Amino acid sequence: MPSPYTKILKDGLLGENPIYRQVLGICSALAVTNLLANTLFMCFGVIFATALTNFTVSLLRNHIPKRIRMIVQVVIIASYVMMIDILIKAVAPDIHRFIGPYVGLIITNCIIMGRAEAFASQNKPLPSLVDGLACGLGYSAVLISIAVVREIMGFGTLLGFALPARDLWWTQWTIMVMPPGAFFMLAIMTWFARAKLVKQEAK
Amino acid sequence: MTPLADMSLLASFALIFVSAAFTDNILLARFLGMCSCLGVSKKVDTSLGLGAAVIFVTACTSALNYLVYQYLLLPLGLDYLRLITFIVVIAAFTQLVEMIIERVSEKLYNSLGIFLPLITVNCAILGISLFMLNKPYSFLQAFAFGLGGGFGWFLAITLIGAIRERINEAALPRGLEGPGITLIIIGIMALGFIGFSGMIKI
Repeated sequence: MPSPYTKILKDGLLGENPIYRQVLGICSALAVTNLLANTLFMCFGVIFATALTNFTVSLLRNHIPKRIRMIVQVVIIASYVMMIDILIKAVAPDIHRFIGPYVGLIITNCIIMGRAEAFASQNKPLPSLVDGLACGLGYSAVLISIAVVREIMGFGTLLGFALPARDLWWTQWTIMVMPPGAFFMLAIMTWFARAKLVKQEAK
Repeated sequence: MTPLADMSLLASFALIFVSAAFTDNILLARFLGMCSCLGVSKKVDTSLGLGAAVIFVTACTSALNYLVYQYLLLPLGLDYLRLITFIVVIAAFTQLVEMIIERVSEKLYNSLGIFLPLITVNCAILGISLFMLNKPYSFLQAFAFGLGGGFGWFLAITLIGAIRERINEAALPRGLEGPGITLIIIGIMALGFIGFSGMIKI
């Protein structure tokens, strides 16, 4: 019999994947996916923030008055995001210059608030931590797959390394690293994911 | 091109407004405010309402955050607290506006009020306050940036709402309904807005 944690992990990654299923948190999904390196830092930030916010909210769930829980959650999220912001600035200042504002925007990433509200406020700390991790990972999986396609098509590179003999045979699709490319990629990916879900539900 | 500092006040105000609204559209070029855009843009009416609320709140909060950042956080060396300060300012401001509108005009409250809670979590608002810091703006220029950014979002969501109303009846593959087709519409609009880039550079 699978443990409850495995189920939570599986739900976060596939069944309830925040981007495909709930269409949450796509702002940052689009903005940072033109280069894989930026995306990886962003994913790290989101995973860190969802997991720890879920954990903290769950620890405090019986002590937060119902009426002001939103603002308490925002403050908790903002504190973790601040830590990530400072950390990324210290470790990778070049990348921080580009994704800086978007790191700050993790605060308003609906995934975090959504999970805190839907899961952590009703469950024990440890399952909440796992749920946060799973949702963060599910989110990252989508981001990374978009970033890989966009960087390869747009620049002919991956993580900054050029494809073999790129200049001989590869024409760069500049549009893919510009905003429209992000919208089209995400549209195509949601289309596939949803078409698959529709099929599953029909069974 | 003359640098911003040398321009007359009005000229720089107009330039920042146009560039924030068109060439650097917050929704189509910076990807902010997508969640509420996908959720609300089904109809033109609701798009107009939310858009108007966003213009008002971004303009005011960008000015407020500018003051707080320049005269409180920077002198005290508390730069790293900006994220938490900005979000609290925005949340408090929307709460305040909601209460004032509720008292002053019931009609306005019924048309705008329901959107205000949505605005606190709209990343466009926080985004504009954060992007503003990357540029050496004066107070009035920061206000122009907020106003222009809000207007750009308003424009984008209204156009998307209008298009979505039209394609409401169209036969689409099941998987593409809802967010899928909306993202494609937004992608095509973003392509169109690229045409504005190069018009102005700041």
